[in-house]
Amino acid sequence: MATTTTKTETLVGKRIRRREDPRLITGTATYVEDIKMPGMHYAAIVRSPHAAAKIRSIDTSKAAAHPGVAAVFVGKDVAGVGPVPCGASLPGLRVPHHSILATDRVYFVGHPVAVVVATDRYIAADAADLVEIDWDVTQAVADPEKALASGAPAVHPEWPDNKAFDFHQEHGEIDKAFAEADVVVKQRITSQRLIPTAMETRGVVAEWRAADRALTLYTSTQIPHLVRTLVAMMLGLEENRLRVVAPEVGGGFGSKLNVYAEEALMGFVSMKIGKPVKWIESRRENFLTTIHGRGHVDYYEIAAKKDGTILGIKLKIIQDLGAYHQLLTPAIPTLSVLMMPGLYRTQNIRADIVGVFTNCVPTDAYRGAGRPEATHGIERMVDMLAAELKMDPAEIRLKNFVHKDEFPFPTATGLTYDSGDYAAPLKKAMDLAGYDKLRAEQAEARKQGKLMGIGISTYGEICALGPSPATPAGGWESATVKIEPTGKVTVMTGASPHGQGEETTFAQVAADELGVDIDDILVLHGDTSIVQYGIGTFGSRGTAVGGTAMYFALQELKAKLKKFGAMMLNSDDVTLANGQCVCNKTGAAKSIAEMAAASYRAMALPPNTQPGMVSTYFWEPPNFTFPFGAHLVVTDIDKDTGAISIRRYIAVDDCGNLLNPLIVDGQVHGGVAQGLGQALWEQAVYDDNGQLVTGELTDYVVPRAHMMPWIESSHTITPTPVNPLGVKGVGEAGTIGCSPAVVNSVVDALSPLGVKHIDMPMTPEKIWNLVKGAH
Amino acid sequence: MNITLNINGKTYSHDVEPRLLLVHYLREVVGLTGPHVGCETSLCGACTIELNGKAVKSCTMFAVQANGADILTIEGLAENGKLHKMQEAFWNEHGLQCGFCTPGMIIASKQILDRNPNPTDEEIRHGLEGNVCRCTGYQHIVNAVKAAAKATGA
Repeated sequence: MATTTTKTETLVGKRIRRREDPRLITGTATYVEDIKMPGMHYAAIVRSPHAAAKIRSIDTSKAAAHPGVAAVFVGKDVAGVGPVPCGASLPGLRVPHHSILATDRVYFVGHPVAVVVATDRYIAADAADLVEIDWDVTQAVADPEKALASGAPAVHPEWPDNKAFDFHQEHGEIDKAFAEADVVVKQRITSQRLIPTAMETRGVVAEWRAADRALTLYTSTQIPHLVRTLVAMMLGLEENRLRVVAPEVGGGFGSKLNVYAEEALMGFVSMKIGKPVKWIESRRENFLTTIHGRGHVDYYEIAAKKDGTILGIKLKIIQDLGAYHQLLTPAIPTLSVLMMPGLYRTQNIRADIVGVFTNCVPTDAYRGAGRPEATHGIERMVDMLAAELKMDPAEIRLKNFVHKDEFPFPTATGLTYDSGDYAAPLKKAMDLAGYDKLRAEQAEARKQGKLMGIGISTYGEICALGPSPATPAGGWESATVKIEPTGKVTVMTGASPHGQGEETTFAQVAADELGVDIDDILVLHGDTSIVQYGIGTFGSRGTAVGGTAMYFALQELKAKLKKFGAMMLNSDDVTLANGQCVCNKTGAAKSIAEMAAASYRAMALPPNTQPGMVSTYFWEPPNFTFPFGAHLVVTDIDKDTGAISIRRYIAVDDCGNLLNPLIVDGQVHGGVAQGLGQALWEQAVYDDNGQLVTGELTDYVVPRAHMMPWIESSHTITPTPVNPLGVKGVGEAGTIGCSPAVVNSVVDALSPLGVKHIDMPMTPEKIWNLVKGAH
Repeated sequence: MNITLNINGKTYSHDVEPRLLLVHYLREVVGLTGPHVGCETSLCGACTIELNGKAVKSCTMFAVQANGADILTIEGLAENGKLHKMQEAFWNEHGLQCGFCTPGMIIASKQILDRNPNPTDEEIRHGLEGNVCRCTGYQHIVNAVKAAAKATGA
């Protein structure tokens, strides 16, 4: 029966509660760990306790003999499995062979060495302890600057300088700019290693059906199709025999934008033992072996005229890569270079990156991926320049912004900024804060010896990743929209989400475009046997690229519906609106359900038209989008304890049009929490032996409810011309805007004591020492 | 060891290994996969359940220690198909994104209101200290708890 309900209310732009939530709030959603299969075995992975060591021998006999153990595999057993892939390419890039289990050497603590498979997870863990490895421990290096020093231990013996690559980019007349400058400010700025800490750790269930030659991998990933292609290649399995399912995914933040050894390893194990096998990463394994983010040591120089006009920027990035390249590892700092001019007009830049191997887990994309590092750097440098010139930090920014009538604006790093009004969010944030009043209050507080700070960041970002020639794996996204014979609408997006609410926002757009009730729409994703090839959700691309692909698929379907409507109404003059096709002369109408039914029944077809009501669209974006915004943070510092308290946190973000402001707010809040985590608490600490000191949630401090300030979130809206939805993306904005605003605020508070810069995380101890040192 | 306990209003009896964690018992023996394992060290709270009326972390308790207990998991919160007001509030206020922390977060939030029907923001945040959410920045969760408190008062 044709039952599509038509509707007239517009849903885009409304604060609609999410359609994915009922299963999540009732505990009935299915994450990888919730999958159970007949005959399922459990895998435990034996990992290196050393950051650098040779393996003299491995004895698995006791483990293999343990009751309940089905198999034990070591490096030589998986020699036929291809290496963990690196998808990034740079000139001269050194790519270490990254086998899924170590063979003769290990390169970081947590390096997988063997896998024990048993009937029960407890037995697997017991037996893993019985694997005996004779180690020849060698010297490790865990700090990228120490790794570059002569005489440092070589992470990979074949490359004693520990360099993976050098990268150089330059534009304009940088030497002239510095020669002509009235003032040059230099600063070393670190952006510490961070641990993404998705609440769901990684996990894989692999199920091999030998008779069908079919392998299914359930894996907690942001990129199921790319995992399919790459794991099929690793296993030497035909790609059409591999199905990858990202079921419910419990957060990613970039850490699941990857292909990991364990994904291929579980496929290998299931194919070997002929049973389904499950591996769930422990939190400790997650901290040790899932990619980390950041890991920059940056050397900045900024040149300016006396009036504050920025003339040029130099940047040298020392990127801690870790021991291997994961999927995008070496590409991440190149995003920092692209972002280094920030929102400013200067055309003179020089950037150098040196990618350094260390005996640590690889770094890769973590929320913002290269852009927070760059924004932190430029926003700190602009503040330092303002301080040097005794200018207000807002004034110096307003002076150097790309002006709103200069778009599209070609940047010094080869990008074309799409649209913007950079002064608007800054002015709005200052209005909301009562900026002048705050500065007056601050002057008063300083007279009384109090430490109060006001910090601003005005950030830009590169989102909607992106044009395929500028991305490692194709930057397009796909969507299929089907109107079923009964009129129900099924959307399949290639942008597999993991908490972003695409089942809701995509349904809002589809409901508006087709004029049908949102309850008639179902959004599917994450299963390569159901959904057409797609790229995934990362880089604030889900809606801006994936949503746009759906938009164009909808336009094609609308055109087809119109053809059927015209045929059925026997009229050339028809309008498709509000879920029906209306003859403009007679007023006669056919509903979408009636037209869909007719398209499948196919008693008659419009000229040159196929039966059915299905459209698939692969959208190639012509450009990135460039959201921007201003965050303003007011802090008070306790001189006696070094504690920082955040009095106001104002976030004004411009991410273009808002499809669902409730979801946008959630993205901003979560982004700010991760930015604040970096600014104040989070840091992955390796000791000189390459042991991860912050190996558990006790030592690695992620923000908890009582640590977070109230975030006053608002927006300016500058639609992008890059896509017809006018959306720019908001997944990373909060993180990118946050850390420089917080550090600028605290440096501002401590500036009467002569403090000019503080590296993150700004722990109370660090602040207390600065305060104490000043007296 | 044989244990008998009441879970979400039903009696269960099983023979379990003494070392079996309560969360694994609930998830794998009873089949209630709402409580999630996020850290195995009682730091993240994703496994939070109610045991004899108190919110506890089921990853650091053995199933045998729960012998004879009354347990409520996220699956038992809705009654006769009607969502608990805290579930409604999390839904309405967008108090979740990836949803992994949500079952524990909702149980912990319920406990806050059980103890104090009218908490301040600060009391709510203090009550949520044992539960980590990496997605929301907690603001919408705080809003949800406030909305649920209001729904009770009404």
